Amino acid sequence: MTQQTVSRRAFVGGMGAGALAITVVGITPQAAFADAKMLADAVKKAIGDKTPEQGKITIDAPQIAENGSTVPLSIEVESPMTADNYVKAVHLFADKNPAAEVATLRFTPANGQARASVRVRLAQTQNVVAVAEMSDGKIYQTQAAVKVTIGGCGG
Amino acid sequence: MATPRPRVRVPKSAKKGDIVEIKTLISHAMETGRRKGKDGKLIPRKIINKFTATLDGELIFQADLQPAISANPYISFPLKAEKSGTIAFEWHEDGGAVYKKSAKIEVA
Repeated sequence: MTQQTVSRRAFVGGMGAGALAITVVGITPQAAFADAKMLADAVKKAIGDKTPEQGKITIDAPQIAENGSTVPLSIEVESPMTADNYVKAVHLFADKNPAAEVATLRFTPANGQARASVRVRLAQTQNVVAVAEMSDGKIYQTQAAVKVTIGGCGG
Repeated sequence: MATPRPRVRVPKSAKKGDIVEIKTLISHAMETGRRKGKDGKLIPRKIINKFTATLDGELIFQADLQPAISANPYISFPLKAEKSGTIAFEWHEDGGAVYKKSAKIEVA
C-alpha cells in the first residue's frame, strides 16, 4: 500500500514517469489554444471585428450524440422578424472539427421566425457555437456542448 | 454515386399569417475531401455548398454549407404564409451542378 502511494506521487510530481507526465501536460494547452484560435479566426471571417454579445440564441442539440456523423441541430433566435428588425444570418461553428465552419443560415423577414434545423458532423466531443447577425448590425453568440461517443469524420 | 434526389415537404395550404414548416432533404454523400479511397488517395471534396429557397422568385431562405454538414443534408425552416405561390428550391453542388425542386403553397 505504501509502495503504491509513493509511485503515484512520483508520477504526479513528474519524477518517476516524468517523461510521460510532461508529454501529457505539454500537449493539452497547445491543442486547446489551436482550437480557440481556429474558432476565433472563423468567427472573425464571418462577422469581422465586431464583438458578439451573449444571448438571444437557443441551440437545441443533444447533450450526448451517439453518432457524430449526423447530429441534429436546431437554432432559434429571438426576433420579431419584421422588415426593419430581423435576423440576417446565423453562422454555425464547431471548435474541434477539422474546420470550424459548419454552415451559415440566411434568413429573411418572410420566414416569420428565425429558426432552422440541420444535421451536422462532429468529429469529437466539442462546443457548437452559433453567431447571429441582426439587421441592425448587432451580433449575438451562444454555445452548446455536445458529447460525441463515435466521431463523424472519416470513420 | 447515384444522382442526388431532392425531396421537399411544403404544406399544400395555409392560413394567411400562419407560420408553416418547410422541410427539405437531398440524397447526397457530402464527400468531405478528407476521406481516403481504397487506393489510398484522397477522395476529392464534393458537397452541396449552397441551398436556396425562393417564393415566386424572391429569396426567402439560404444556407451556405460546409463539409461539416451530414450526408443527405436535411434543412428545415419556417415560412410565414402571406401569399400563394411557387416555392423553388435549389441545391448547388461543388463543380456547378444544380438540383431543383419546386412546390406550390395555397394561402387563404
